[in-house]
Parts: sequence; structure tokens; C-alpha cells
Amino acid sequence: MKINQKVFLQFGICIIFFGLMGILINNLTINLIRTGLGFNFSWLFKPASFALAEHPLPYTSSDSYAWALFIGWLNSLKVIVSSLILATFLGTLIGFARTGKNSLLGLISAGYITIVRQTPLLLQLMFWYFVGFLGLKDNIFIQIKNIFYVSNQGIEFSGLIFSSEFLALSLGLTIFTSAYIAEVIRGGILSVSRGQWEAFRSLGLSEKKGLIRIILPQALPAIIPGLTSQYLNLAKNSTLAIAVGYSDIYAINDTIINQTGRAIECFIILLVSFLLLNLLITNTMEIINRLILKSRKYS
Amino acid sequence: MEPIVIAKNLTKSYTKGLRALDNVSLKVNRGKVLVVMGPSGSGKSTLIRTFNGLEAFDNGELNILGIKIDSTHDERKIQKIRRRVGMVFQQFNLFPHLSILENITLAPIHVQKRRQIEAEEYGMYLLSQMGIDSHAKKYPSQLSGGEQQRVAIARALALKPELLLFDEPTSALDPERVNEVLDAMRRLAEQGMTMVVVTHEISFAKDVSDQVLFMDSGKVIETSPPNIFFSNARHERSRKFLNQLDKH
Ligand SMILES: Nc1ncnc2c1ncn2[C@@H]1O[C@H](COP(=O)(O)OP(=O)(O)OP(=O)(O)O)[C@@H](O)[C@H]1O
Ligand SMILES: [Mg+2]
Repeated sequence: MKINQKVFLQFGICIIFFGLMGILINNLTINLIRTGLGFNFSWLFKPASFALAEHPLPYTSSDSYAWALFIGWLNSLKVIVSSLILATFLGTLIGFARTGKNSLLGLISAGYITIVRQTPLLLQLMFWYFVGFLGLKDNIFIQIKNIFYVSNQGIEFSGLIFSSEFLALSLGLTIFTSAYIAEVIRGGILSVSRGQWEAFRSLGLSEKKGLIRIILPQALPAIIPGLTSQYLNLAKNSTLAIAVGYSDIYAINDTIINQTGRAIECFIILLVSFLLLNLLITNTMEIINRLILKSRKYS
Repeated sequence: MEPIVIAKNLTKSYTKGLRALDNVSLKVNRGKVLVVMGPSGSGKSTLIRTFNGLEAFDNGELNILGIKIDSTHDERKIQKIRRRVGMVFQQFNLFPHLSILENITLAPIHVQKRRQIEAEEYGMYLLSQMGIDSHAKKYPSQLSGGEQQRVAIARALALKPELLLFDEPTSALDPERVNEVLDAMRRLAEQGMTMVVVTHEISFAKDVSDQVLFMDSGKVIETSPPNIFFSNARHERSRKFLNQLDKH
């Protein structure tokens, strides 16, 4: 492409972009005028007057909307972080099995990956919620040594209570994401040359030790970017919480819009919340990436 | 004469109908050096890779250091063999994320469960034998090809193997780097190491080997002492191959 062609193209894109922005802002102003609410955030400090089933910090319906939103953000964080950790473990194991020498394990994990990736996440969440947890009886279903209870209310484990909503969402996200992470891990492992496998094998190292000490460290640079994008997807997918009735930031936002009509402000809050969440994930991964690069003293 | 390698009628096909190994039988006694030669694709790599279980075979029997394996590829036996057999590759295959010394101490520490200090001491001794102890703290990418290959030899020696396998150890090296590796191998042979070496280095084969095995299309064409093989090869195909080598 010639230079003036490029300039022309960029100019065109700018015009389209600003044009669209203009239309958007215009619509927004008209809507604000029509609702007669104006644009402000002072309502945030009024009492929310709705109950939340799940709150990691103290919360009553007389607390403010702002506090309710913060609780929602924490709930989101809780489900994202727990699914992220579990999905990483599970995905790594399945990725290993997929690339390993055992053909039966390879077949099983390939089947798992295919099935999980080819069913909509929403369907999977519904399945775990209605079949997995609500299907349980409401009297105590399983009780092990007085520290572990399972019922349709959820799981209680030595004083810690996990609601069925949280469990269904977390399990669903874990399983869904683990299939994608398994593929990322597999891709990383395949990026390491065959000679490295032969070298550790000929030294008498077991497959497991070789994978962990030789293959994985060399696969990490290829794995980290894919992992980051799966984590970001997980964060976005967590908004499906609303389908199983888990009070994440999105669900609480939705309730507040219904109560107050403050759709635009809520939309902005949601945007900022997710920006914060995603920045948290991206930056953490960036730090991990840099630590790995630093520990690789070779080029 | 204690046999270290006995192969009986080894046969292997990667793809149906095409035999990478076709009824290969051979024997290597302790302290002897066998050089394997043959045109590209004749099955040399496949053959020596069966000796430490990197490659499974379809038929026949192998006896390595008294451990017998067959087409069932018994992982436990292969693991035992690998602890007593070292291998050096054409592409060195050093672990790029580990320092030179870590490359060498990996197997002693994690396979033989030796103490780190002990493994490092012996590792440094091996590096000094190879004339590269000053590079111990460096990483593979900081070394020349010849140096890397000498590290690979030291790594293969770290488990105190009774048999060393070399698959074209000098083929990836600049010509002026070939001799430093061949010299290291010569010294090992002089110390009585049993070796199977796939190579096209005629001078090495002439000076060091006890037998030369010539392969073509997966078959052993002939096995002769080097003085006979290089001056008066028994088979037409061997002579043709040697003529072509000379032209290069
Ligand atoms: N992994 C594999 N899959 C399929 N075919 C293979 C594989 N490895 C080797 N072969 C085939 O087996 C035959 C023997 O190959 P091998 O690598 O043992 O030959 P070689 O004598 O070592 O050759 P070179 O001198 O090129 O290294 C060749 O026809 C080759 O194409
Ligand atoms: Mg070869």
C-alpha cells in the first residue's frame, strides 16, 4: 500500500469512529433527558433495600447501593479466582494426558475436550445447577465425618459454606475453561522439540519428571499468552452467573437498573468493574511472564 | 568376552511394507567400538535408538547388558537399560533452560538420587575431562557447537554408563569443530568404553572401531573389521557407498 493510501484509510477510519461516537453520545443525551433522571451518581449512597443471598462481607438491605455493588464485585472475584485456579490445574492435567504416551488417557481427554468445547456454556451451567445441585435432596444428602455436608443448599465444609449457585457456576466455568486450557497446554508442549523428549528419556528420567523439569519450562513462553486470554474469557463468562441466580456484579447491576432506572450509570460502573478485573488478570499474568523471562538466563 | 549388545532378527516398519529394520542381528562385546555406516534412510538411527528403547520394534529380540527386551517394549526394563546406557545426538539436545552443570547433574540427582554436591563434583570432573569446565555456569546457547556436543557427552557419562550410543555426533558441526569431539570420543574408547557410533567419519572408524557394520534399506549388508571394510569391502553395495563418501 502506498503511503498516501494508508493516510487516506486511517483518515476514513477516524471519521467513521468519531461519527459513531457522536451518534452514540447524542442518543445518550436524548435518553437521559427523556427519563428525566439526569446523569449523576448520588443514588449510589441510598439504601439498596434488597437482600443478597451471598456476601463475603457483612451486608443488609439497608446498606447502600455502592456497598451492594462492591459485594457483587467481590462475589465475581471469588468465583473467577476459584474457577481460574481449578481450571488451570484440571486443564494442565488434561493437557498432559492429551499429549502423553497413554493412548487410553489420550482418547478420554480428547473426548472431554471435544464435548466441553462443543456445548454452549449456558447449557452446561444450567446442567450443573439443575441436575448437579438442585437435583439433590434438601435434607442432608451426604455427610462425611461431620465436617462435610452436601445438600441442595450447597456444600458445607468444616464451617465454610458454598451455595449451590456458587458451586454450579464455579464448576461449570472450571470445566468449560479447563478444556480450552488443556488445548493451550497441549500447544505449548508440542512447541518443544522432539529432541528434548528423547534427551530426558535417554537419561532415564520418568515421563512425569521430564514433563515437569524439561518440557514445561520450555513450553511456558508459548503457554502464557494463551492462558491469559482464557482467563479473560473466564472473567467475561462469569457474568452468566445471572442464569443460575448467583449475585455477581452483573446480576446486582441488573437488579439496580430495574429498581432505579439508572441504566447508563450502571452500565458505566459495570464497564469500570470489568476493566479493573481484566487489568488485574492481565497485569498479574504480565508479572508472571516477566518472572519467567527473567529466570530464563538463556536467550 | 562379555556381550553388551546382542540383537537378534530385529524388524521394524514405520509404514506398512517399508522396513526401517529388516532382520538385523549383531553383537557388541564389552570394551568394543562398533561403527554403523550406511546411506541416508538406511535405518542407522532407528537401529541404535532401539538399544535404549527410544524406538520400539515389531519383531526380534534385544539383550542390552543382560536385560532382554522384545516387541512388548516393557517400560520397566527399558528404564533399567536407560540408567546404564548413555546417548549422544546429532543435534546435541542440551536442555536450553538449564546451565551446563545443571544439564549434567540432572540425571544423577533425579534418577540416581545422588546428593547435589556429590553430583556437581563429579560433573565438574567430567567437564574438565572434556576440557570445558570453565563453561560450567554458562547456558548451552552461549557455547559453540563443538563445546555443546562435548557437554552432551559429559551429560551422557554422568550416570557412569556401560554403553554409549552416538548418532552422527559430528554431522551438525562446523568442519573445524569436528576433531575436538572425535578426540573426546577417541579418549573414551581408549579408556575401554563400549560404544556404538553412527558416523561417516572414515578416519575415526579406521582408527577407533573394532567392527564396521554397513546397512542399506534396513538390512545389515556386512560387518567387517575396519581394515578390511575400507580396503577390501566384501560387498558391491559397500564399495559403492565408500566410493561416494570419498567424492565428498
Ligand atoms: N518417525 C518416523 N516415522 C516414519 N518413518 C520414519 C520415522 N523415522 C524414520 N523413518 C523412516 O525409516 C527409515 C530409516 O530411517 P532412519 O532415520 O533410521 O535412517 P538413517 O539411516 O538414520 O538416515 P540418516 O542418515 O538420514 O540419519 C527411513 O525410510 C525413514 O524415512
Ligand atoms: Mg539418522
